[in-house]
Amino acid sequence: MDFKFTDEQIMIRDTADAFLAETSTSAAVRQVMDSELGYDPQLWRRICDEMYWQGIHIPEAYGGLGLGYVELTATLEQMGRYLCCSPFYASVCLAANALLVAGTELQKLTYLPQITEGKTATLAHTSEAGDWSSSGVKVTYQKQGDSYCLNGTYRFVPDGHSADILMLAARDQDSHGLEGISLFVVPANTPGISREWLPTMDQTRRQGQLQINNLILHEGTVMGSAGEAWPQLEQILDLGRIAVAAEQLGGSQQCLDSTLAYISERVQFGRSIASYQSVKHKCADMMVKVEAARSAVYYAACVGDQFFNQTAGASELAEAASITKAYSSDSFFHNAGVGIQLHGGVGITAEYDIQLYFKRAKSTETFLGASDYHRERLAILLLDTQVTL
Amino acid sequence: MKLDFSPKDELFRQEIASWLASNLCGEFDVIRGRGGPGDQHMFIDERKAWEQKLYQGGWTCIGWPPEYGGRDASIEEQVIFNEEYARAQGPGRAGHIGETLVGPTLIAFGNQDQKDRYLPEILRGEAFWCQGYSEPGAGSDLANVKTGAQFDDATQQWFISGQKVWTSLARESDYCFVIARTDAKSVGHHGLGFFLVPIDQTGVTIRPIEQLTGTSEFNEVFFDDAQCSVEDIVGEPGDGWKVAMGLLGFERGISTLGQQMLFQNELDEIITLAKTNGSAKNPQIRQRIAEAHIGLRIMRFNSMRVLSSEGADGSLQKESMIYKLYWSSWHRNLGKLAMDVMGAESEVLKGGPYQLNRLQSMYLFSRADTIYGGTNQIQRNLIAERALGMPREPRG
Ligand SMILES: Cc1cc2nc3c(=O)[nH]c(=O)nc-3n(C[C@H](O)[C@H](O)[C@H](O)COP(=O)(O)OP(=O)(O)OC[C@H]3O[C@@H](n4cnc5c(N)ncnc54)[C@H](O)[C@@H]3O)c2cc1C
Repeated sequence: MDFKFTDEQIMIRDTADAFLAETSTSAAVRQVMDSELGYDPQLWRRICDEMYWQGIHIPEAYGGLGLGYVELTATLEQMGRYLCCSPFYASVCLAANALLVAGTELQKLTYLPQITEGKTATLAHTSEAGDWSSSGVKVTYQKQGDSYCLNGTYRFVPDGHSADILMLAARDQDSHGLEGISLFVVPANTPGISREWLPTMDQTRRQGQLQINNLILHEGTVMGSAGEAWPQLEQILDLGRIAVAAEQLGGSQQCLDSTLAYISERVQFGRSIASYQSVKHKCADMMVKVEAARSAVYYAACVGDQFFNQTAGASELAEAASITKAYSSDSFFHNAGVGIQLHGGVGITAEYDIQLYFKRAKSTETFLGASDYHRERLAILLLDTQVTL
Repeated sequence: MKLDFSPKDELFRQEIASWLASNLCGEFDVIRGRGGPGDQHMFIDERKAWEQKLYQGGWTCIGWPPEYGGRDASIEEQVIFNEEYARAQGPGRAGHIGETLVGPTLIAFGNQDQKDRYLPEILRGEAFWCQGYSEPGAGSDLANVKTGAQFDDATQQWFISGQKVWTSLARESDYCFVIARTDAKSVGHHGLGFFLVPIDQTGVTIRPIEQLTGTSEFNEVFFDDAQCSVEDIVGEPGDGWKVAMGLLGFERGISTLGQQMLFQNELDEIITLAKTNGSAKNPQIRQRIAEAHIGLRIMRFNSMRVLSSEGADGSLQKESMIYKLYWSSWHRNLGKLAMDVMGAESEVLKGGPYQLNRLQSMYLFSRADTIYGGTNQIQRNLIAERALGMPREPRG
């Protein structure tokens, strides 16, 4: 047991911190916020060429750095802290994970090097109802000889309108629940896919909508086991949950830091507002929530590593993901909310960044299942087995 | 960063687990799972005998250096010991204060003679200690102690007079460590001494205080020219605050990992109850049980982080300051959850006049968790000031 960053991991984190402090400034974030693409392609190029983050946990055989989930989450934490606008999350934490978990060797050899070269990718699985579990997949396919014909609509797809490569989850048209789920990988410009941007409240992240109209896919696009891919989809989602929780941790920390910076400047009744006990206690609570979230994220990152090196199974991954996603979401939302309150009137302005974090907190909380969803998932684990007396 | 224990550690786990399996039985069956918070005064003789049994197995004071009879157990081993101990439903450790507070304090601040006289009997499970810090006028504001210590040249004795309060387990103890004013004119944390005082003497009177549970773990302790030999002041007169704070610093993560296993046992009991009485179908209860589970798992990772990043000198990172506030709040919520899962039955006692079951007692006593050892408000002050660098509280 050595539950702390190694020197190399500290270096990775600090490098990310320094790079983002320079490139993902408030002004830079605000500049891309209104654009349809949602990020600066030049910054993405620099991330891919200079930092090589997109390859962090991709094995060397596929052009990556071959590091682990801990290194990945350490980087994500900093991205969340600086609200970094980029296609990183969708490409690496959803799509690359999907390939690693469910891709055939040929698919990995085809697509992972594309991702490490800076092509963007994403995973689409949710539809109108916004059910984030694998059983909530609504888009259907019909097997026609050796090929599959897909129909339906995906919503809430991260960078769905702009990603170069798509992983699609669909179900056999006669199936229900966890049955009949298949995963496919296709270039986004395949005929039968039309895409549009869904403008969102949190402008630092993009969502797209995908209309799938008689999309014909051949056998070679199938990832994992056709019709039985729900466990793999669930693992991909769990890895994505851990990753988004790491970003939330960074955001939660930044809410505390920027609030501390503000309140130590602001004077009312002749003294710093930071000297009022009710203000101090709120900040102490924020720190508790950040540090506990940090413990949860680091634990889940270790489980992520164990999952990839096959010392932890899918159920441990699921538990870690739900614990971490539930806690980090609550921590981030709490800290962003308290952050606004302690800013007073300026917290309500567009000018101060705390509002951006408040919006990011909500969008990431909803994404891949809000806290109550994850608590219920744990409750099933804890409560829905018979008592053996 | 990794979570796994080494194969050597796993062997250690087997060693302690099998020792417990073959020794925590027979005459000791009655104390399994007993003597925890809210129940500390129960089965005291059996639990003292159990301490001696542990000593014979080499399982007391395992974290102490070998020259004082310990095993110099690594942090991992201490974590494992505490986990297995609680898993086996080991009773609340009667020797806890001696092993985790007095021992490390004497090792750090005591002289050779004090180490020679006190450490062996703590190690053997033969001497038991209590903590004499709080007074009627010195609770959160500990530096306000008024108890005085006067040195008598003729007898070479310190004479201690004053009153301590909330002293847990005083009646079950042989010694009390006391902070008292060696300089009568001093105020605040200057002019204090740290004394090792034998309880069994005419100058010491103990009066139990009845708690909301109907039981009496804590007491008032009156000192009326209580004697303490010149050899039994730790450090110099005036060093008391430094020693007293050093002692509080030893109250850190490791023993709390054992406490977490007790919490796990309580949560498991609540879960079993929820499954049996149908409340596991209530969506609100489901959410709260899951939340409790999340909170407890994270508590474990909090302490593993703190233990892993402890400096070689035992110094802790500022992150460790969240620990007390985190667990006390969690446990207080668990108490309420236990009652809500019990539903209407939560009101009904095992018997009269006031026999509480384990969860009822936990519910009531968990309200103390956010008070002793620094209240939640004091913890927040400390976090804000020491970890976040915010302005200090004004003083009256
Ligand atoms: C079960 C139990 C066992 C104990 N065992 C021992 C023991 O063995 N030995 C021992 O020495 N002591 C023991 N104590 C005493 C314990 O440490 C004190 O109760 C505690 O430090 C609080 O002091 P107090 O009770 O005087 O409360 P007070 O200090 O009077 O506090 C009352 C309220 O005021 C708040 N308050 C006080 N100061 C501030 C401030 N600056 N800012 C904001 N709020 C403030 C507190 O948070 C609290 O809510 C025990 C207590 C309990 C409940």
